[in-house]
Formats: sequence, C-alpha cells, structure tokens
Amino acid sequence: MFNSLSDRLQDTFEKLRGKGRLTEDDINVAMREIRMALLEADVNYRVVKSFVGRCKEKCLTAEVMESLTPAQNVVRIVLDELTVLLGSTDSKLTLAQNRTPNVIMLVGLQGSGKTTAAAKLAYLLKSQGHSPLLAACDTHRPAAADQLATLGGEIGVSVFRGDGKDAVAVASGAIQEAVDHLNDIVIVDTAGRLQIDEEMMEEAVAIKRAVRPDQILMVVDAMTGQDIVNVVTEFANRVDFDGVIMSKLDGDARGGGALSVREVTGKPIKFVSMGEKPDSLEVFHPDRMAKRILGMGDVVGIIEQAQKVADEQQVEDAERMLREGFTMDDLLKQMQQIRKMGGLQKILGMIPGMERAMAQMPQAADDSQMTRIEAIIHSMTREERLRPKIINGQRRKRIAAGSGRTVQEVNQLIKQWDEMNKMMGKMKGLMQQGGGKKGRRAMQQMMREMGGMGGPGGRMPF
Amino acid sequence: MHKMGFFDSLKAGLQRSREAINEIFYMGGEVDEDFWEDLEDTLVMGDMGAEVAMRVTDDLREQAARENLTRADQLRDALARRLAQEFPAAGRDPFADLPSCVLFVGINGAGKTTTVGKLAGRARDAGARCLIGGADTFRAAAIEQLEVWGQRAGVDVITRERGADPASVCYDVVEEAERRGAELVLIDTAGRLHTSADLMRELAKVVNVTRKRCQSMPVSVVLVIDATTGQNGLNQAKEFNDALELDGLIVTKLDGTAKGGIALAISSQLGLPIYRIGVGESLDDLQTFDALDFTRALVGEGM
Repeated sequence: MFNSLSDRLQDTFEKLRGKGRLTEDDINVAMREIRMALLEADVNYRVVKSFVGRCKEKCLTAEVMESLTPAQNVVRIVLDELTVLLGSTDSKLTLAQNRTPNVIMLVGLQGSGKTTAAAKLAYLLKSQGHSPLLAACDTHRPAAADQLATLGGEIGVSVFRGDGKDAVAVASGAIQEAVDHLNDIVIVDTAGRLQIDEEMMEEAVAIKRAVRPDQILMVVDAMTGQDIVNVVTEFANRVDFDGVIMSKLDGDARGGGALSVREVTGKPIKFVSMGEKPDSLEVFHPDRMAKRILGMGDVVGIIEQAQKVADEQQVEDAERMLREGFTMDDLLKQMQQIRKMGGLQKILGMIPGMERAMAQMPQAADDSQMTRIEAIIHSMTREERLRPKIINGQRRKRIAAGSGRTVQEVNQLIKQWDEMNKMMGKMKGLMQQGGGKKGRRAMQQMMREMGGMGGPGGRMPF
Repeated sequence: MHKMGFFDSLKAGLQRSREAINEIFYMGGEVDEDFWEDLEDTLVMGDMGAEVAMRVTDDLREQAARENLTRADQLRDALARRLAQEFPAAGRDPFADLPSCVLFVGINGAGKTTTVGKLAGRARDAGARCLIGGADTFRAAAIEQLEVWGQRAGVDVITRERGADPASVCYDVVEEAERRGAELVLIDTAGRLHTSADLMRELAKVVNVTRKRCQSMPVSVVLVIDATTGQNGLNQAKEFNDALELDGLIVTKLDGTAKGGIALAISSQLGLPIYRIGVGESLDDLQTFDALDFTRALVGEGM
C-alpha cells in the first residue's frame, strides 16, 4: 500500500525522464501523482491542494519546460518547495536570560508521547549542562506521575509531583521547588487532552497563566492523519505554542503532518523523537523530512545510523584487518553490524530506488541468506576462522555437515572471503604508497565506513 | 454528566466529518463532475485512504447512472450503505460470548490500557467474573496505571514487576484465571511500533504462549487503534496482522474531530471486524460497533 505509492511516483518520473520535452498534460499527470503521494503521507488535503498548485506554477515556467532534463527539474522543484515549506533547522530553545528558572511546557493530545518527550528533553538539557526539574502536571491519567518519576529516576533528573491533584498547583509548586533547589529549567508535563474538551483546554490555559512558560512545545504524533489541522489550529488558538516536537518518527509513518502543521500554524518543528530511549530526541532536518514525505529514501539517515553503530573498536578492527588480513570472524561481525542497523531490508529500503529494485527481486536482499552464512562460519573452528586458507576438502565437508548446508555453499563462502581478502591487500598497498597525512586521513575515513557499513560495497557475499 | 444514546454520541463524535460531507451535499445539489471530485477528496480527508475513496466513488457513480440518481441528496443514503458494505460482518463478539480471553495489542499511546480498564468496568457491572492481566512490563508505570483502573472497576490485576517476561506473565494470568474460574480475561500488552522487528517477535511469543496455555476458553487478539491515525494505520494493522493473526479491532478516541476513516480502511482491507469504538471519556462511551450507524453518522442521516 505504502510503497506502491512511492513506486507510482517514480514510475511517473521515469516516464517523464524518457521525454525530451514536457507538455502541460505531462506536468498535470506528475502533479496528480504528487498529490496522491502527499495525501497518502497524511498531509492535510487543503495543504496539498495549495502546495500542488504552487508547484505546478513553477513547473510550467519556460525554464523547466524547455530544459534538457525536465523530469529532474520537476522533482527538484517539488523537493525544494517542500523543504522550504518545512522551514529551517531551528532546534534552539529560546530561553530568557534574565529568568531563573526558565519554564518549558509540553502540550498535546492523549497518547502523543508528552511524558516520554518530557524525559527526553530533560535528558538533552541535562547533557547541555543545565539542571532541569520535571513537573508532573498530568493529574488525570492514572499513574502518569509514576511514569514520569520512573523516567526521571533513570536519567537522574528530579521530578516534582506536588499533591498530584491540582495541575496548576503542581506547576506553581514545581517553580518554587526549582528556585529552592537551584534548578535552572522546569519542564512541565501536562495531561493529554482533546482539542474539543473545553475543561481540559481551560486547565492548560490556567497552567500557562500560572507559570508563564518561556517556551510551549506541542507534541504531535507523526502518525496523525488529516485531523492534525483541526488539532493544531485549536491548540494554537487556545494555548498557543512556540514549536513542535514530532514523536514516533522511528516508525514508518511518512509524517506528512509536519507539513500541515507548518503550513497551517507557521510554527517551527524543533525536534523529532525517534524511540523509547532518552537520547533519541533529534534535531529536525527539513530536507530529510521532505524526502521522507515523498518516499524518496533517506541516504543521510543510513550514514548516520552506520556512524552510530560504528565505534572506536571497529576502527581498530578495520586497521587490524588491513594489517593482518580479513578473517571469517570479521565477516561474521560485519553481518552482525547489519543486523544491528535493522537488517538488510531496512537499510536497502532507505536507499532511493532500492525499494523498487527489491520489489522486483524479493530474494536478493534476503536476510535468511545472512543467517545461513552465519551458520557456516559458526561451524568453523577458531583456527579456521582466523586462517581460512587451511580449510581443505575434509574440513569443508565437516563444516557443511555441521551447519546443515552443502559443500558448494561452503566453497562459495570461502571464495568470496578470498576475494574480499585480496581487495584488502590492494587497499593495504594503497595506504603504504600514499603515506602522507592526507592519504592516511582518507583511509581512516574509508575504514570507518567499512567498519560500520559491513564491508566494501557490492562485495558482500549475498 | 449528561448521558447520550449511542447514536447521538457517535454522531457528536463524528460531527466534523459529517459537516465536511454536508458541505458537498448542500453545494448546488446537482451531481456533476465537480461533485464526484469533491466527494473523493472528502473521503480522503476523512483518512479513508485514496484507494478506498476512489473505489467507493466509482461504485457510487455507477449506481447513480443505473438508478438515475441525479441529485446529491439522493446519493447520501446510497453513500452510507456503500461505505457500510466495506466493513466485514462481525462474527463472535469476544466481550459478550463468554468465557473469553482477549489480548490487547497496538502501538504506543493508542489507548490499550484505558480500553482494558473500561472494558473491565463494563464486564464487572454486567456481573461477569473478570480478571485483568498486566503484560506491559516495559513502560514506566504501566502496571500502576492498570492497577488504578483495576481498583476503579473492582477487578483484580495479575501482573509482575517491571522488566519481567511478558509471556510468563500471560502464563500466570491464564493459570490464575482458570483457578478462579474467571469468565473474561483482559490482558494489556506493551505498546510497540510495528517496525521494530524484535518487539514484534516478542509479542508473537506472548500471543503464542497465551494461545497454547489457554485451552479452557477462546483467545482473541485485538488491535487497538487511535482514530486520529492517518494512513500509517494501515501499515500498522498489516504488520500486526501478519505477525499475530488478529481477530478484530477496537477504535479509540473517536470523540475528537478525527473522522476515523482509517478504521474503515483497515477493516475493509484486512477483513477485520470492529468490536468496539470509543466515543467519549466515560465508561459507557465504549460502544459496540454497527457499520450502518457508523457510516450514517458519518454522512448524516437527514435526507
């Protein structure tokens, strides 16, 4: 359902790509596909209409129509337009210099992830050298304060619970508590509320009046559908907010709501929240979001994900590999790296165009192939893994029987290892030639990528 | 609090979507090309998804030609009926046909714990011997939240400390339920994104253990979905269905301005019945689902 749409978009562009010159009809066809893509990404219908209108106008200029590569131009215009609309990278929390404590208040619907976001924000601020205090002002949901207290305990941030009944009193109490304990920032977690729930909206306004927050952030679930426009409009009118945290972006929701929020309220998206762990609050990147909404893959995301996994140890490993050759253990480790990053399927899915390629040959990126290779390597002795050269016919037979694979598969693996090892040798030579500082740095960069990405591209044995 | 009938509260919940559709029906009244385009757009706006929207519009267009319906208001009832057809017929109701054991699954923040609490309260009021199982041992204070609901409903909660293996919690719950002769067992699980393969595997294990252990009564797996969810809801439901073989759905938070069209999309695409819908805050606002009532409330029943 989801992928087919990005497929369709690419199909259209492929058709356009084949054309030297575009007619207005061609543009209309492309615009319709873009409209559908945006709708499927949950961008609000009215926002889509005006957005597509603007794009079309730009695409119809002579510059695009008569250029040599009109299709690329159309894509670029759409992407640029989308990126501009999503705003700039502005994840700074504007805090008042002359006020202690500063107050940040979080609002949003039920289940949008406010309490989790509050803890993440506290963690972020703490790591920046602040001393935050969490105020548990969700007095409605059972055990919401307990949840915040547990999360606060995990990240070492104190939580003010007050009497747990009157949200406004808890918020005010928290400020006094912060003054007494020298906390410089108070993060106020409020109860989730429906925008049509008058009483609850009143409460949010009352808290706002009582603590006069320096920043109000609205937490928005990336999976929200068309209704997001009604929600943010009402919140903007009643409590007003300064920015948005998009939550649950670690799923596969396209997050088109981000675009609607920007277009309708003009408020910036400050952070994206990517999971359960406290360190998963990230800076918002409009360009990546634009690509995500259009389903164009997230190349930067892959690199970052690889970097996250790669650590110093792996750089050392890579250096050792160059020095002493590539062992079967290294191959095993690299495959486990790929697993850590969410499996081959996920990584390939992030590469533009790969989704389509994979759909055409579902066997190609089969993670079970990796499992088989792992089984073969696990059936080798320590000696064999370190020096695969010693694996003779007898040993091959034993390994095949041990892993439940055929001798041919074992042969294939050893052959592939051999090729990779030869390549290592070549790289070693390269490094020794270019012994200068520059050359070494380039090599290190290459090694780091190798360590994380799981081997030189295209040479993995599957 | 003023108590509304089911139809009224559903109608109130769906007001915005009805207004949007009313907009079309009042416009001009003559069925022309613009009408069809607007109709399709409005259905998309209700989170029904482009695919369902197009199919429904095409069918209705045919019907209009066949039955010579030329005025927009004539099409309103036809539209409600056509939309209602998208829902599969409900078979057994796991909350009415006792004994029954139900596992609640879904993404974070869908409203699983609250739904369990409300259903337990309803069952208790109806005089059924009910037991709550707390298998969300991951989220901070999930157990405490469930225990508060248990106290309110007067239903015991069987659980273990945070971090315990959820599958073994389920095992305990079923054992305890059988010992006590409980008729309705409601088990809350930890919310998880459908994209996290490890957590989905864990959940599959939880479900398998429960299905295997629980021989004395049928086990149903119910996906709880937030009505404000957009098109990603389909992905969610599909992944959960592939991993767990769902029995049905519960749609929560229909009390906002959300149109709940995603419920129609999921139900129709995966052939899953909707057991309950949440149309308000109170216990009674968790209602049984009637397809035609739902779609009539959606398009407005005034002719």
